[in-house]
Amino acid sequence: MTDQTQAPTRARPSSSGWLTRLTRAAPTRPGETYGVPGSGDTTWLSLASIALLLFLWWIVTATGWVKPLFVPSPGAILQKFADIWQNGFTNTSFLEHIAISTARVFGAFVLACALGIPLGLAMGMSPLVRGIFDPPIEFYRPIPPLAYLPLMIIWFGIGETAKVLLIFLSVFAPVALGARAGVKSAAIEQIHAAYSFGATRWQVMRHVILPSALPEILTAMRIGVGFGWTTLVAAEMVAATKGLGYMVLSASQFLQTSTVIVGIIVIAAIAYAFDLLMRAVERRVVPWKGRM
Amino acid sequence: MGLNIADVSVVYPAADGRPPVEALRRIDLSVERDDFVVALGASGCGKSTLLNLIAGFLSPTSGSIMLDGRPVDGPGADRSVVFQKHALMPWLDVIDNVAFGLMLRGLPEAERHATAGRFIDLLGLGEFRRSKVYKLSGGMQQRVGIARALTCDPRLLLMDEPLGALDALTREKAQELILRIWHETGKAVFFITHSVEEALFMGTRLIVMSPRPGRIAHRFDLPFSRQFLAGAPAREVKASPEFIRLREEVLRIIFADEEAAA
Repeated sequence: MTDQTQAPTRARPSSSGWLTRLTRAAPTRPGETYGVPGSGDTTWLSLASIALLLFLWWIVTATGWVKPLFVPSPGAILQKFADIWQNGFTNTSFLEHIAISTARVFGAFVLACALGIPLGLAMGMSPLVRGIFDPPIEFYRPIPPLAYLPLMIIWFGIGETAKVLLIFLSVFAPVALGARAGVKSAAIEQIHAAYSFGATRWQVMRHVILPSALPEILTAMRIGVGFGWTTLVAAEMVAATKGLGYMVLSASQFLQTSTVIVGIIVIAAIAYAFDLLMRAVERRVVPWKGRM
Repeated sequence: MGLNIADVSVVYPAADGRPPVEALRRIDLSVERDDFVVALGASGCGKSTLLNLIAGFLSPTSGSIMLDGRPVDGPGADRSVVFQKHALMPWLDVIDNVAFGLMLRGLPEAERHATAGRFIDLLGLGEFRRSKVYKLSGGMQQRVGIARALTCDPRLLLMDEPLGALDALTREKAQELILRIWHETGKAVFFITHSVEEALFMGTRLIVMSPRPGRIAHRFDLPFSRQFLAGAPAREVKASPEFIRLREEVLRIIFADEEAAA
């Protein structure tokens, strides 16, 4: 008797739960909105995913399935990290490697923002500027930086200029295009309102279009700095004696796999930390994003 | 003096293989100080085109638009617009939204906040001065929009279905509020609406527009807003036999126009 009365309530989530989730959204609890795509907190799931990956990594190395040359154990990575931290890499301290790479990426990033954002806004505002700059930007944007690295070296030598310029170019295009797209964010009613108060074109730009474009500009900056880190290794391929990219590349030539992985993790950590910072800036600067 | 629209036509040029569209044909309209002109009509009858002409966002294909004897050749601070929605600046709080026009004129902050504060109080938003506009309800956002339009002391207030997105109760309250403000400030108003009841209640003059081509089909002089301002309760005005008779007449005209055009 008790089994029969309890069966339906128990059967629903277990037997048909996953299938129904594919065809219709889950009912919502108070305070949530029904049918919002991808709603729900993912923190625990993400932590579990990281833990699982670390566990798998540990398992394949601890049991000896894979040779340390290909995949060193997590412990070996930690050891290597401590080693580089204390003794440096190729006679340069670890912090200096980090500092020089960070300086290259953020130097290029700041330069790309300083030039790319105004240019992108101008491209969005003026058909003249757009007509002139659209072809060169669209031409070089899809080319991998490695492809034009030789040109950079031929033109600008093997010094710091070529390295920063290579990173700059990879950041510049997404930032400029983001700013250009951001110009379209202002509603025509907002622009008309400003004009009907007697605003000049410059005032509309400064007080309506620029603030409306901020969310897109900040997103473009986040994407851009990501491209910057991606290009770092390419930039440090030639004639570099310092930097995280150089460290990863030269370690790979001596099959020091653990150093390669340490370098990768450090690059990822810096990039992620900066992304978190940018998200915090977003929440502070454009709290109205997507809300009006 | 005031606004004078004489023999204005607007033709949108042919595009995408479609023939040119005659959006407005031979419009004559004058709006004097203290006038509250309401434009009513089905979608596509050119109400918004007419408002855009007056605001200066659009120039006529032929005819002339004069404001106080000078031709209208672009938007200006003598004509403020209240939009249906999407026109506030979410990065500014309520008082800076209301003071937006004054800021563009380069007034110092203390001065523009003083002026903006007066209009915020007038619209009953006193306790929301420092609120974020995106956190306000639709009705309150619309009041911010109206306050903003008033701060620059325009000759003419242009309202493009300002109450269209509001619920019935808020809408009636907003109607009364706008009428009181119109009465207190003595601005000329050009007001667009889809609602026959709203049109009759608010206007001193009503123009009923017809589509294809957009034109003014009928004109009425209305007494109801003055009855309300003289002290009659709004619902009583709207329920009076005279009001109902005119409402039905206007509805009949609109339906007949629709059928004739279809």
